[in-house]
Amino acid sequence: MSQVTVMERTPHIAKPFVASAAPAASDGSRIGFENVSVTYGALTVLHSFTLTVNPGEIVALIGPSGSGKTTALRAVAGFVRPSGGRILIGDRDVTHLAPYDRKIGMVVQNYALFPHMRVEENVAFGLRAHGAAEDVIKKRVPECLAMVGMSTYAKRYPRELSGGQQQRVAIARALAPKPQVLLLDEPLSALDAQIRRSMLDELAKLHRDLPNLTVLYVTHDQSEALTLANHIGIMRDGKLKAFGGSQSLFRHPPNRFAAEFLGRANLLPVTDVQPLDEQMAKVRFGDVTLSARNHHGLARGSDCLVCVRPHDFRFSRASEPNSISGTVLSVQWQGDVHNITFDAGGETVRMTSAPMANPPRIGEIIAVHFDAAEVTLVPEDASHG
Amino acid sequence: MAEAAIAAAPAPRLRVDSLWIAPPLLILAVLFFYPLGLIVRASFGEDAPSLATFEQVLMSSRFLDGLYHTIVIAVSATAGCLVLGFILSLIIAFVPFPGAKMAGRLIDTVIALPTFLVTLAFTFIYGSAGLLNETLMHVFSLDLPPIDFLYSQWGVILAEMTVYTPFIMRPLLATFSTIDQAQIEVASSLGARPLRIVRQIILPASLPALVAGGSLCLLLTVNEFGIVLFIGAKDVITLPLLIYSKAIQEFDYTTACVIAVVNVVLSLGLYSLYRLAIAHFGGRRAGLV
Repeated sequence: MSQVTVMERTPHIAKPFVASAAPAASDGSRIGFENVSVTYGALTVLHSFTLTVNPGEIVALIGPSGSGKTTALRAVAGFVRPSGGRILIGDRDVTHLAPYDRKIGMVVQNYALFPHMRVEENVAFGLRAHGAAEDVIKKRVPECLAMVGMSTYAKRYPRELSGGQQQRVAIARALAPKPQVLLLDEPLSALDAQIRRSMLDELAKLHRDLPNLTVLYVTHDQSEALTLANHIGIMRDGKLKAFGGSQSLFRHPPNRFAAEFLGRANLLPVTDVQPLDEQMAKVRFGDVTLSARNHHGLARGSDCLVCVRPHDFRFSRASEPNSISGTVLSVQWQGDVHNITFDAGGETVRMTSAPMANPPRIGEIIAVHFDAAEVTLVPEDASHG
Repeated sequence: MAEAAIAAAPAPRLRVDSLWIAPPLLILAVLFFYPLGLIVRASFGEDAPSLATFEQVLMSSRFLDGLYHTIVIAVSATAGCLVLGFILSLIIAFVPFPGAKMAGRLIDTVIALPTFLVTLAFTFIYGSAGLLNETLMHVFSLDLPPIDFLYSQWGVILAEMTVYTPFIMRPLLATFSTIDQAQIEVASSLGARPLRIVRQIILPASLPALVAGGSLCLLLTVNEFGIVLFIGAKDVITLPLLIYSKAIQEFDYTTACVIAVVNVVLSLGLYSLYRLAIAHFGGRRAGLV
């Protein structure tokens, strides 16, 4: 079993994050970053970046603009030369290899289809570049177009296609030479919301059809990452701030930045951690005692944050465990949900609820509670992130 | 009812703003069409107009020689400009080196220079008593200058290439700046080596600029006079030089006018091709035609 190990450099976490995933395909498609740094003059945009994407996995890198996620992807593609460290594809050290020798596929935000070539010529481009025989090309191009549902558009030019269709062709073109690794750089960002959802489903299906394909997916959209990725890396300022399985990272974010970036978590400041067992701990939130998962093993007596997702709150009818109360600040109906914000002990708390016939009114006092097993204590690091 | 409608329709009036066309038309008529008309008229002979002079001039060996040299020099210089301009533009646009931007700006400076300066520089460098020949004769103890291409057709072609290559590079560099870098990167990730990327991605994208720049270059080199005269290449005479020779040195204005008419027809033909090429590659949409 190979492991994904990322050292978190916050004072509260002494142990490394360890996420493991059983390799599903041959090791030849593993992507490995080993202490990769990238600098532009005096500016370091990637700091000792270490990450392993196991064969057959989809790993999403998310983070705000300028966090270094695209730089990391471009370093794998060979368009950025690291100033330090190594990049491996399988067992090959590709750090100083030209992009055309890396055997990768790449899909970018603006599709980058070749405008003077028909769809079928675009898809055949990589095969021809690799010197494939004409009969192989004639067989493979229709296969790839069928894979993305674009068989009937083979003779068209890119300008005759919609954005979603162009992106399908771009994916077919990237997959045609059967790359070991597929790099997706914000592939859905240029599409409108409805097509993006549909493309997301298609990408998920595509990976089910090609389980051996290793994918590095860069996005700023957390929902894309959560939908597609086996593992997610959250980046900021050229560093990996958190890494883990998608569900695990969402449920148990290791730090404030991860909790805030991946989903809109409520982070309530709590004090006096009292471990109950290996899993759970009690904390104080004002006058109230709350229970939560102590996933990160915070020490007795320490101060931290409790991470509660908006959808984890339920209205309380009476005084229940893990109950807090507050004054309603706003109520918004958004069709399938009600978004409510309330003030609890000076903290603004967000909750979502199924649509209500009689939602609370602004200024009303409400009581809510959450399931202790669903919420996590998060260390409050000095830099808030 | 119909009569009433006709009666109510405003009488066509001369729009005042349409008179703005008159001054430029007048200037063109006086400065361009009238002299051109005089040349065409003179080409038919001074007495009774006839095509006899045309027949005589067009069949003469001097004219045919001039036409041959004009076409060979223009086509060769344009082809050279296209190849050299494409390679230099590729280097400036896609090969990262310090001073690439400055090199791009220098192109404009070369365009602004008078053509005779380049010819003069050629004489200083490659001429019989030029820097290169002097050095070679001194180093190898030669009695005669070893480099002797300047005063030939090749000297004219090389000088024209030097002068007109920037006319190819300027539109090419503008086109290169609009090529999506992601296309080049994706092509590279698909396994394409630099030569394939140039051939299959960059060259097709720059075809309109090459055709437009090449047509302009061809037009200018067909009519080039100063470079050919300044180089003074032996036995190399082009149509503009032949016109000059007939009109100024031999005072044979009728023959000069016949050749001038041929030269104008050739130029207008090339200009039409240039406009057709621009229109074909989308210049009409861009308002270039």
